[in-house]
Amino acid sequence: MKPKAHSPKRSLVMNASTSRLRRLGAFLGQGFLFSVTSLSTLTVFFIFYFIAKDAFPFFKLEGFREFFTSTHWYPSGHPAEFGAMAIFFGTGLVTLGAVAVSVPLGISAAVCLSDVLPFNTRQIVKPVIEILAAIPSVAYGFFALVVFAPLLQNHGGIVLSTGAWLILTPILSLLVIVLGDLLADRFPEALRRKARWICTLTLGAAALTGMMMLGNHLSAIQIASGTNALNVSIILGIMALPTIVSVSEDALQATGRELREGSYALGATRAETIMKTVIPASLSGILAAVILGVMRAIGETMVVWMASGNASRIPEPWYNMLEPVRTLTATIAGDMGEADHVTGSARFHVLFAMAFCLLTFSFVMNLVSESIVRRSRKKLGK
Amino acid sequence: MKKAILSAAMMTAIACTAVAEQTITIDGSTTVGPIAKAFAEYFMAARPDVNITVSESGSGNGAKSLMNGVCDVANLSRPMKSTEFKAAAGNDIQPVAHVVALDGLPILVHPQNPIQDLTIDQIRKIYTGEITNWKEVGGPNLGIVVITRDTNSGTYETFEGLVMSKQKITEKAEYVGSNGAIRQRVQTTPAAIGYAGLGFVDKTVKALKVNGVYPSAATVRTGEYAIARPLFMYTNGYPKLGSAVYQFVTLYLTEDGQEMVEEIGFIPVTSY
Repeated sequence: MKPKAHSPKRSLVMNASTSRLRRLGAFLGQGFLFSVTSLSTLTVFFIFYFIAKDAFPFFKLEGFREFFTSTHWYPSGHPAEFGAMAIFFGTGLVTLGAVAVSVPLGISAAVCLSDVLPFNTRQIVKPVIEILAAIPSVAYGFFALVVFAPLLQNHGGIVLSTGAWLILTPILSLLVIVLGDLLADRFPEALRRKARWICTLTLGAAALTGMMMLGNHLSAIQIASGTNALNVSIILGIMALPTIVSVSEDALQATGRELREGSYALGATRAETIMKTVIPASLSGILAAVILGVMRAIGETMVVWMASGNASRIPEPWYNMLEPVRTLTATIAGDMGEADHVTGSARFHVLFAMAFCLLTFSFVMNLVSESIVRRSRKKLGK
Repeated sequence: MKKAILSAAMMTAIACTAVAEQTITIDGSTTVGPIAKAFAEYFMAARPDVNITVSESGSGNGAKSLMNGVCDVANLSRPMKSTEFKAAAGNDIQPVAHVVALDGLPILVHPQNPIQDLTIDQIRKIYTGEITNWKEVGGPNLGIVVITRDTNSGTYETFEGLVMSKQKITEKAEYVGSNGAIRQRVQTTPAAIGYAGLGFVDKTVKALKVNGVYPSAATVRTGEYAIARPLFMYTNGYPKLGSAVYQFVTLYLTEDGQEMVEEIGFIPVTSY
């Protein structure tokens, strides 16, 4: 590059005073940026400090035992009871449900985006999935309450059996074909073609019968209340989807072309390359994606407040997703208004105790995911 | 970009100087909220120089806003508690009550539910979880879905005070955040029971007789209907006579005010 011919506005040679001024300017600029950055870092500490400050008086007043082991949540009762076990359980149940919905879907979608779809399609599909993250949570909540809950109540059995069919049909047909193929390989060469047909058909028939029975069983179910753990689990799963898809797709992409080409060069099929090379190589990134998705689900407030039913009680049996549950976030949001520190101090501090538990949990999760990502970067040499 | 920001800033500045000189901030109950909103609309049409904002964050939050001096008028669907009075007095704020309307709390069920009449005792037993099936009160064999307002709401406290008589609501009860949400849940759930303000009863839900009395303006005003309450607006001290706040909180005494209260579905305190 040749410098332009016209005379520079500032001389290239600095005299002492301008240089000092510049240095001062640079120092001020750096100082300003540093203070802004440290402000946002300090905010995290301040949040921790102020939540902990209001959380500890609760444990001092009421102790740990009732909070963690009782299921009686009557903060406005006389005397008040602060058993939050059912609420912790509800948070866990809903989060697990959301993970069950979003992780298989999200990882499959990420694999499809990174290794199956052509580049052009990917450019369109990925932003569309990411739009899911831009929908405000109250809109999800409204949908869950006004559309999804009545649907579950009025046609619960049909919804459940359709869902089961939709999920299990592709999985089972894949299984049937692969298993049929593997079984056929055990027959002698001459019989193999026939054996493959017979094996596949028998397995298919068995799978179909199983599906029919399951479908019949599910469609007989009556759901008393549509605002339940299942409802919010599905909605939260959809909300966590963009995070999981996006982050794990990045991780899959980051494994690079060389690894895939090496695998193909060794004679692996595309399925083998994906299952045995690409996914294991990006496993830590996928794990980080899952943790981020979990945090999205656990911290969500509006949807669970609107559509989980908010009954603070452990469902019977405990895995029954069709009963209403209550989560920590919804309790904090719902009980905050009455819980002024002048009208009853334990009632006020208990919400901070819950917030503290949530904060600690997501902090730990964040650290874990951070360390996983760091380890994966080291492994990939980036 | 810079220009856009600058012009946006200027627009805001102009907008700020152009708005009314006087602002009334109102906060509180979601039950009283519709009354305050109707009054505000009427009032602002008559007095363009006054700007009124109405928030609905629940009675407890309304009281809190008033005692912290954040709002001019606090809507409460229950009387202020002694602890709240104390806190307000501590902040040198003197809450004065204005009863703007009366409200009955109808017990709501799905329109297809054949039940017509429940006693207070039966309602209490349903909410404590003692009665769990509609057949126990003469209805179909259907598990009852108990729906209640959140503990943050004045409606909840009124219901708790008038019906529950110090007993605890069952852990199975579902909590929802507003009167509208109660109606939404009841109209879509055949086995549900819920309660909401009289203004929220429409054709999509069925209000039950309580102790043989159907909730209506007449039965609430005479006190025959058991689950009824006054609705309050609280101000800091009695507002200065003739001031905008004074005119606002006395709007319920005018004929137009009464009509508005009636239109929303509450019962005017006075009837000319």
